[in-house]
Amino acid sequence: MSEAKEMIRVEKLNKSFGDLHVLKDIDLKVNESDVVVLIGASGSGKSTLLRCLNFLEIKNSGNIIIEGEQIEKETHNLNKVRERVGMVFQHFNLFPHKTVLENVIEAPVQVKKMRQSEAEEIGKELLNKVGLGDKNNEYPSKLSGGQKQRVAIARALAMNPDVMLFDEPTSALDPELVGEVLATMKELGEEGMTMVVVTHEMGFAREVGDWVVYMHDGKIVETGKPSDIFDNPKEERTQAFLNSVLH
Amino acid sequence: MEAVIEFFEIFINSTDVFFRGLWITLRLSVVSLLIALVIGLFFAMLKISNVKALERIADMYIWIVRGTPLIVQIFILFYGLTDVFLISMFWAAAIALAFHSGAYIAEIIRGAIQSVDMGQTEAARSLGMTQSLAMRRIILPQAFRRAVPSLGNQFIIGIKDSSLASFIGIQELFGVANSLGSNSFNYMPYFLSVAVYYLLIVLILTFCVNRLEKKLAVSD
Repeated sequence: MSEAKEMIRVEKLNKSFGDLHVLKDIDLKVNESDVVVLIGASGSGKSTLLRCLNFLEIKNSGNIIIEGEQIEKETHNLNKVRERVGMVFQHFNLFPHKTVLENVIEAPVQVKKMRQSEAEEIGKELLNKVGLGDKNNEYPSKLSGGQKQRVAIARALAMNPDVMLFDEPTSALDPELVGEVLATMKELGEEGMTMVVVTHEMGFAREVGDWVVYMHDGKIVETGKPSDIFDNPKEERTQAFLNSVLH
Repeated sequence: MEAVIEFFEIFINSTDVFFRGLWITLRLSVVSLLIALVIGLFFAMLKISNVKALERIADMYIWIVRGTPLIVQIFILFYGLTDVFLISMFWAAAIALAFHSGAYIAEIIRGAIQSVDMGQTEAARSLGMTQSLAMRRIILPQAFRRAVPSLGNQFIIGIKDSSLASFIGIQELFGVANSLGSNSFNYMPYFLSVAVYYLLIVLILTFCVNRLEKKLAVSD
């Protein structure tokens, strides 16, 4: 493997909620332009790991290093870090009182202090890119789930992040709407966006993922190329999990 | 029949005096409710601050307001304020009424804020917004929409409660009715007149609140 730029490194990350130890000594490395897919059963800690990377959850111990910089809540302005790390949520979390375009330009204008006209230009471009160029002035309530999620992706991209995190982006969608969101994500990955994706879509993991990480019970059990994980899983627990979801 | 005609005569003949009272009632209500909104927003923020000491302060305030009659609050604040500060009767009354409504508005706003999905805050924070920016741009606008019906209700109560300011000598609607009644020893037509004025105010306000609700519902 060539020496790619390291985007995220996680070392010995631990996170507990009360007595519940959710993440146990997690080590993870994500290079620039990698698409890393986290798979595993519900409750295995995938989403918590993702949320720690965006500091929506604050770790108990360990290191999170983003673009070479070890981030601690005591010494860093987490808001500044979050500007570089976009996030897409399972339930979209669009702002219902704002139109589609207003959703997309909100953060560039309010956080980055971008000029309204410039933000609108970028916003329209991004909405075109996710195939929603005709929905600029609609309110989110008028959109399908798949359209909402694509707006959410455009909204995160509008901050021009270095990494995009996806937390089960298709789990709340009707089956027929999953494809359009995955297609958008695939396109993004092919353009070289660094992505960490928590998903139950094994087809996506295999096709788009550069690396697949299998988590179980708060630990990373196995990491590998999709072909290795899906065709030749080394760990028994990975085999059992894949058997249960693929058959 | 005669009584009805007499009432209408008195009602029409007294409009100019009542309009002066109405003007004061409206000013008093608007001023006190605007102050109450600020007070309410402030104490709602204390309540959701997750800082025990601040929550206690808000609880204490709400307890005092809910635990004592409005007329008692008006008298204490009115005599307290006018004793200590060089302040007009009008402003003393407005502050006393605002102090009262503020507690109820604080609870309305707190409830509305807490009814907004946590995911909204998370989405805002994930875009790099600070807590206060997320509150101002994302949470409060949604909370305000949800609070409109309850706030409208509280405003109606506030307008009617402003009649108690007559007890500290403010010549608002009810004060006017009382004076006119005592001058003529014929109270009933003036009390009925004042009731008509309040009914009309509340009718108009209800209409406006409904319009506002509809307007805010465009995004639903």
